[in-house]
Amino acid sequence: MVLDGLNYVKDHLDGTLSYRWSCRMGICGSCGMMVNGEPKLTCATFLADYAPGPVRVEPLRNFPVIRDLIVDLGDFMGKLVRVKPWIIRQSEKPLSDGEYLQTPDEMDEYKQFAMCINCMLCYAACPIYGLDPKFIGPAAIALAQRYNLDNRDEGAAERMNILSEHDGIWGCTFVGECTKVCPKHVDPAGAIQRYKLQSALDWVKSFVMPRAAV
Amino acid sequence: MTPAFDVVLVGGGGAGLRAAIAIAETAPRLRVAVVSKVYPMRSHTVSAEGGAAGVIAADDSLDEHCYDTISGGDWLGDQDAIEAFVREAPQELLRLEHWGCPWSREPDGRIAVRPFGGMKKQRTWFAADKTGFHMLHTLFQTSLKHLSVFRYDEWFVTKLLVDDGIVQGVVALELATGRIEAITARAVILCTGGCGKVFPFTTNAAIKTGDGMALAYRAGAPLKDMEFVQYHPTGLPFTGILITEAARAEGGYLINKDGYRYLQDYALGTPQPKPVLRSMELGPRDRLSQAFVKEFEKGRTIPTPYGHVVHLDLRHLGAQVINTKIPFVRELCLKYQNIDPVTDLIPVRPVIHYMMGGVSTDIDGATPLPGLYAAGEVACVSINGANRLGSNSLPELLVFGARAGKAAADYAMRARDPDAAVLTQLKDERRRVEGELLRPHGHERIADLRDAMQSAMEESAGIYRTDASLRRGVATLRELQARAMDVHVEDDSRTFNTERVAVLELQCMLDVAECIVNAALAREESRGAHQRTDFPERDDVRFLAHSLTARQPDGSCGVSYLPVTITRWPPAERVYGEAPAYAGTSELRSHHAAGRAVPSGERV
Repeated sequence: MVLDGLNYVKDHLDGTLSYRWSCRMGICGSCGMMVNGEPKLTCATFLADYAPGPVRVEPLRNFPVIRDLIVDLGDFMGKLVRVKPWIIRQSEKPLSDGEYLQTPDEMDEYKQFAMCINCMLCYAACPIYGLDPKFIGPAAIALAQRYNLDNRDEGAAERMNILSEHDGIWGCTFVGECTKVCPKHVDPAGAIQRYKLQSALDWVKSFVMPRAAV
Repeated sequence: MTPAFDVVLVGGGGAGLRAAIAIAETAPRLRVAVVSKVYPMRSHTVSAEGGAAGVIAADDSLDEHCYDTISGGDWLGDQDAIEAFVREAPQELLRLEHWGCPWSREPDGRIAVRPFGGMKKQRTWFAADKTGFHMLHTLFQTSLKHLSVFRYDEWFVTKLLVDDGIVQGVVALELATGRIEAITARAVILCTGGCGKVFPFTTNAAIKTGDGMALAYRAGAPLKDMEFVQYHPTGLPFTGILITEAARAEGGYLINKDGYRYLQDYALGTPQPKPVLRSMELGPRDRLSQAFVKEFEKGRTIPTPYGHVVHLDLRHLGAQVINTKIPFVRELCLKYQNIDPVTDLIPVRPVIHYMMGGVSTDIDGATPLPGLYAAGEVACVSINGANRLGSNSLPELLVFGARAGKAAADYAMRARDPDAAVLTQLKDERRRVEGELLRPHGHERIADLRDAMQSAMEESAGIYRTDASLRRGVATLRELQARAMDVHVEDDSRTFNTERVAVLELQCMLDVAECIVNAALAREESRGAHQRTDFPERDDVRFLAHSLTARQPDGSCGVSYLPVTITRWPPAERVYGEAPAYAGTSELRSHHAAGRAVPSGERV
């Protein structure tokens, strides 16, 4: 793995080399970097695929660099909170009433968007985010959609306000790079398209049926 | 002086976030800080795969979960704690469902449960085989709505502030800038997880370096049952990546080089085509890992460049079951082993997975030091005894995270303000961390010391231990402690100096490693995960007791003992296989677990 190469350098050649890593099994999302120009999880990218080399490893594109291969995630952490990634309900059912029912089909509606590990590869791949850092970005939109499509959630309207701002979904020109680089097969581009459609429908409805629109 | 926060949590994994939410919900006026060396969603809870146990099925009972946990832990667990844990686990798992956790479902939309090792009933809730990932992200995202929770992301806690025996905050290093600050508080909860990285071959992430255990130990809080380290029987060779027990729960076989299901030779039952609870591949992890060593000694394992292995056979399950129930197993095998479990055998060997021991706490997460609490893997309450059952650790971090959060909040509301004098400790700590660690004056390489420590631990305190091996371990670790004083740090930058963090982590690991070998040396019996070839029997007369390791004034590690709490299940033999596991202890009582009526026990 590319990460093993970095660890070898750190342990034996240059102790100052700085990068983040932890689980080494593609689930914690720490070790995203540019590998030969593409955003990759370095713990899940084989050095052998780049033989005979050399392999060029750089910090994730589109982020301010703190040092070496470490980028500043502060912007995303703020955006994550803005899309309210938690269950929003008018009323809470007491625990003694048991679980909210959710059939496997209902879960399939949102499940893929729940697989996001916040690794930031999609932001590094996104040409829009590269030009306009205010764009809320693929992972945050996918996570908003993860809750909107969950049958236990009633917060879609609240989230729509944030997402239909200029910096929200309308920033995306549907390049689709985010979906291509996602190591967990989340489809942020699909989430954004669905959102745009929903938002446009709501907008039309607000003229045609003023009282029906939310 | 008014402290910066009411409660400071060290660690932002499952236990820390659950504690933070518990405080935010029950005492929203309290100011809470989560201080973590990584962003919370990077915490190692994310790697947990198989599931979380909580009684919910109609044919199950709280007493049976208690009995499985107690016998699984070879009677070393405290039964009052286990009863509270089992009672509260279903509520906690259900609460997570209400917060959005995508638990796998039955076709009718109700929560599904799966079998798991050492459990006599199906009671393991799961989110496919990424249970920890979904739990952590649900907790983290839910925590974001609580404005009273303040986060210090990527701050490494280097010291507990202790004044007159009372814990009053922490000193922490901000990784991005290198600044070192005191974060004062009325109470501190340690939620830093385990210490698998003291061993060379582990499922644990790079960050699992026992920091919280070392912080508590140095501050004078004892560590409990540190000799009990769990080997998980099925790790991928070389990487140590975990292949979840759920693979066996769904029907996987463990076979040796002859294709023989060898567990039948080790008092674990007779092989059946379908999984049988508390039998064969669904036996407890300690027994399965020990059976691997016996197979190796008989020459029936398979040699590979990365050590001997046995095979996990999932081929008969078919692509459909594998893809729906354990998709991550397939993903990991394809990615990291270049094999497909649908058509290939998976090579596996035992791998360090979990620390049963930890900071000694009571049932509310309180340590003997006023103001200091602990929850999750860093703590030892103890519910896991000498061997944890798979799928008990995720509910443990919820139940005891919530309990510790509430207890710390109660304490914080009546504790006195810290004395400003405590801040003088900040100056000393700055001197230590900046002065001693930033000067490139040493001669020892960090990686060399770490490798030497890990080899010493594997050789002295592995699956089977002896007096001689442990004495060698104690001596080697003393020597490594001395060598670590002369460590060489090339990096003199203050900005994200990961080498300095590596030294701080190494110091933590060495302290924790010393506790493990000293506690293991003192326990002259075999129980659960602690197997002494020179003392092969369990000895309830001398050792039905928790070990407590505490730092002595001379810096050495002292071991004493604490009685085990027995409520309704007197010590008995651990029986796996076909024998009836549980005969009941008390009259039938009914409980309401997770919104469904379940009996608490069976009538005798």
